[in-house]
Amino acid sequence: MTQILHHPVTDRLRGVLFGNRVHRGWVFSAVLYALLIAIGFVYLHPLLFMFVTSIKSPGDLLNPMVQWVPTEFFLGNYIKAFRVLNYPQTLLASILVSAVPSLLQTVVASLVGYGLARYRFWGKRLVLVLILATFIIPPQNTVIPQMLTYRNLGLLGNPLALIIPALLGQGFRSAIFILIFYQSFLSLPKVLEESARLDGASDLRIFFTIAVPSAIPAYIVSFIFSVVWYWNETFLTVIFLGGGTTTLPMQLSRFTQAYENLYPPGVVNIFDRLNEAVKMSGTFLNILPLLVMYFILQRWFVESVEMTGITGE
Amino acid sequence: MTVRRTARREISLRAREALYGYGFILIWVVGFALFTLLPLVETFLYSRNQVTVTATGITLNFVEWANYTRALLTDPNFVELLIGYTIETLVSVPIVLIFAMIIALFLNVRFKLKGLFRVIFFLPIVITSGPVIKELTAQGAASAPGIADIPAVVEFLAELPSAVRTPVQYLLTSFILILWFSGVQILIYLASLQKVDRSIYEAAAIDGASGWEAFWKITLPSLSTATVVNAIYTIVTLSHFSENRVIQYIYNQTYNVQGGIGYASAMAFIYFGLMILLLAAIYFFLMQWAKRESR
Repeated sequence: MTQILHHPVTDRLRGVLFGNRVHRGWVFSAVLYALLIAIGFVYLHPLLFMFVTSIKSPGDLLNPMVQWVPTEFFLGNYIKAFRVLNYPQTLLASILVSAVPSLLQTVVASLVGYGLARYRFWGKRLVLVLILATFIIPPQNTVIPQMLTYRNLGLLGNPLALIIPALLGQGFRSAIFILIFYQSFLSLPKVLEESARLDGASDLRIFFTIAVPSAIPAYIVSFIFSVVWYWNETFLTVIFLGGGTTTLPMQLSRFTQAYENLYPPGVVNIFDRLNEAVKMSGTFLNILPLLVMYFILQRWFVESVEMTGITGE
Repeated sequence: MTVRRTARREISLRAREALYGYGFILIWVVGFALFTLLPLVETFLYSRNQVTVTATGITLNFVEWANYTRALLTDPNFVELLIGYTIETLVSVPIVLIFAMIIALFLNVRFKLKGLFRVIFFLPIVITSGPVIKELTAQGAASAPGIADIPAVVEFLAELPSAVRTPVQYLLTSFILILWFSGVQILIYLASLQKVDRSIYEAAAIDGASGWEAFWKITLPSLSTATVVNAIYTIVTLSHFSENRVIQYIYNQTYNVQGGIGYASAMAFIYFGLMILLLAAIYFFLMQWAKRESR
């Protein structure tokens, strides 16, 4: 028995199947791929479900035989959802409302992060703790007085209501971006900046000509995460923009109401009533711009942590 | 003489450095005062008043802690929502952490198609917004495929006492959503996995440690900081999520004639307090664990 177990051929076989120090072995690889594919499917299930449902015709929806493969590629739902969402206008509003605050928030976060990473001053720890606090404090604890102030200033419904806090470093999840820049600048070598200072360059000049160019990845990562988070934010946008600008997610959250305005339930025929296929089309149209952005810029999402030099703390 | 001069120079250099430091963060300090501190204090003020909105502004009528006692003692829904929130958080956080850790461990191994799987696992970062999740949940697309509908599972659930049933039911119906909240956490775990020194594993292998032992003795302890960061991140994201039922309830009460701003503010502070409590509890639990692990 022991002879068979330690025979060179069995050793080889065991190596191929279960792996040794150099290779991983088939069994391990098979288990790895099986698990990854299973988890990947569970992960993508809602998206697949959304897409398949969105291209089902009313007939397919009612047909219990049709589960995952619709009989035809039906685009009618998308045409309706497009109209109900008022797509061109809400899309433009969403882009504006997420890109402008993101840009300002990224620039301000980089200034603050640089200040914290490169200068010694009294109260730095306190400022870091307060920055963390702004991340933890729930928005509903600060949103009502802000709303009342905006109302008095006549800014409710105006994108400025989101832009001004971002400009002052209090945008949506600003704390995370400040910490990203703080970590980034800490991990960059100081030598260049010190030699520039010896040559008589001013601090602002050093920041713009040396620090900013070397932290470009941090800028890109911060900007795209910020755009995504602003895009998906609905609590603040509903309160600050409600009644004025309407973003895509805002319009999606009152999809049923908007649909019935366009296609009154008593008037249209049964195939034009609101069904889940139209709703799913609306949802898909809502995330489509982000999906496109994700697939174009995927490297920046997937490798964001490595690129910004964040060390984990 | 020279000593004193260099000392003075030193002081002025330090003062100059501090001055520039303040210059860089000034914009944030102003923003913090105007958009976080001031509104927070005002909200606390509202929470201890009966607030009436008029055409010109608001009028306050001091009621001490009446809004707080009403939320905790008389309101039939609020306390129940808070209990639900606590259960959901305590169920979700370990799942997100364990799942994120497993995925990060997978993605840290070298294999073909790794890029594709990375793209899949980070996709939810982009699409988790309130309305999208709401639509998906409404269509039943958010539960683990098929499991929640199996008759045996439904019967089994009906047998359980309600204290156990609620978390299990929540787990089954929102399984994918819980997983969808782990995108950023996977990124953070991956980053700290990549920092672990390869040579430690080699040394352990030479000493005869199996991969399993290496995981518990080397990998897990080196992930303890990332675990604490991830736990905090998870709790905060779940608690701020716009479809969170407590938040929705508070939001609806804001515009209610009966409750109004004062009552909503009081509830916001109670919720904030509970959130801090949960954060502290999980933080200390993980710190204890980390201390034991590193020994």
